[in-house]
Amino acid sequence: MHPWVGAGPEDRRHILSELGLKSIDELFSSIPAGVCVDGLDLPPARDEDWIRRTLGEMASTNVAMDSIPCFLGAGVYRHVQPSIVDSVLSRAEFFTSYTPYQPEISQGTLQVIFEFQTLISRLTGLDTANASLYDGATALVEAALFSHRVLRGKRNLVVVAETIHPMYRRVLDTYTEAAGIEVAVVAPGDDGRLDPATIIETSGDRACCVVVQSPNFLGILEDLPQLAAAAHDSGALAVEVVTEAVSLGLLAGGGSLGFDVVCGEAQSFGVAPGFGGPHLGFFACASKHLRQMPGRLAGETVDEDGNRAFCLTLSTREQHIRRAKATSNICTNQGLMALAATVWLEAVGGSGLRELATSCLARSEELKRRIKAVGDPWRIAYPESPTFNEFLLVGPGNGTELVKRLTAENVLAGVPTTDWGGSWPDGILVAVTECNPATDLEALIGALEKLS
Amino acid sequence: MTIPDDLKYARSHEWIKTEGDSVVVGISHYAQDQLGEVVYVELPDVGATFAVGDELGTLESVKAVSEFLSPVAGEVLEVNTRLEDEPNLVNDDSYGNGWLVKLKGSSESKELLDAADYKELLEQESA
Repeated sequence: MHPWVGAGPEDRRHILSELGLKSIDELFSSIPAGVCVDGLDLPPARDEDWIRRTLGEMASTNVAMDSIPCFLGAGVYRHVQPSIVDSVLSRAEFFTSYTPYQPEISQGTLQVIFEFQTLISRLTGLDTANASLYDGATALVEAALFSHRVLRGKRNLVVVAETIHPMYRRVLDTYTEAAGIEVAVVAPGDDGRLDPATIIETSGDRACCVVVQSPNFLGILEDLPQLAAAAHDSGALAVEVVTEAVSLGLLAGGGSLGFDVVCGEAQSFGVAPGFGGPHLGFFACASKHLRQMPGRLAGETVDEDGNRAFCLTLSTREQHIRRAKATSNICTNQGLMALAATVWLEAVGGSGLRELATSCLARSEELKRRIKAVGDPWRIAYPESPTFNEFLLVGPGNGTELVKRLTAENVLAGVPTTDWGGSWPDGILVAVTECNPATDLEALIGALEKLS
Repeated sequence: MTIPDDLKYARSHEWIKTEGDSVVVGISHYAQDQLGEVVYVELPDVGATFAVGDELGTLESVKAVSEFLSPVAGEVLEVNTRLEDEPNLVNDDSYGNGWLVKLKGSSESKELLDAADYKELLEQESA
């Protein structure tokens, strides 16, 4: 048999005769007949060209993000994609390999992980970052469970801002329910921001951590130093979650503002928006809590000749060492996406990231100004609150209807908040990035005026 | 394999030294040898109380994570905070600076072995 080509009729006959069986059905006879499907009604096999053409036609009935002005965000953002990212990513050495089980032989992979950790550590302002997690939502869950462990399970309450991404909260609920940990949700004030006094009140002396997001789900920047202080006053750890990682190009990472954990989603760094992912979680903490951190850690060392080399400083402990005593199900990391983020950040560079973030902020502010000028019936839900590159827009109707009507005007205006509930107005989250030229802004303003 | 005569031993390989009305607990030379290089020690909180056989803490080596058990009943008076930065003391000086926990309690127990009996236990285990 050829290693790359599936078994043909001859091969099957050979295998069956070796097994002393007459048919494939006999091989699977242990499967009860009741659970088997008796024949699938499938169309005849088609050739590759037909499939490509037909699926292409089907796909073209979608409105692609790049085909019309697009302001979608709400946790997934569109940013520049230097072509070097996909070029490095598609190298077979990286693309086809699974996590290295004999890690030190994979020096390239370890170097990438080491650089990724270094970049995340610098952006978050904390001295330890792990090799990555699956996505922002599970990174947040890991931070909550981490805090529970750091305080030795004595505090059983996770206090979480209502203004973290609603999907993250659902993932948090799933995990904490199973772990017997309570969750208390803190609503924002009239300005869409958290009040430290409410945090202290809700936490009492039972919270293991206080989780806040900045920019929050409404795009608004929280007063991070005050919130960290409120968490610490309650004896809890302070956890910041970030869903728009590019904001870290302009805003200080929570680590330098008193936060014990900064985690979240790094999709913005070189992972193109896709339906269903992939995403990229990151997790950073103070090194004194290193042993409670989930996942793995690559380190820099020297080989026997004194050359710079990399090693797995903290190995896949959950698999090899802790086993039944594992504290997390994270045995590996989101290797390929961590590579994308690393190459992206290194291509963009430190000053480049700042420029990019500044451009997002400037365009977003410009759009806010122009929406204010359009005026009634359109308004910005929290006009006085500082934002980075996203804000909540309300208009004549609920968010879902408005998005539908604006799409008919050939503008993807944003993500409606209608189906997510929350203590804020039903509207559209509008995200603006460096991928929105002035003509996009014109198009949206034109559509809003038309619907006025 | 050193087995000091003045200590008592638990079947789970902890050693116990009496100091007035308290006891000091560590793991035996044999136990540290079986574990391999210890890289992290998780110790209990001072003031916590334990029954005989309760998990006092964990020892993480490059090979495995193992718990160590409370050989006596009592309250934690002190833990060896030096192990936070120097977990290798458990290997290098298992009967001295590598001690783990000091408990208020008594080592008067039929379950604990003297050095001769512990040596016998090790011979049986390695047989």
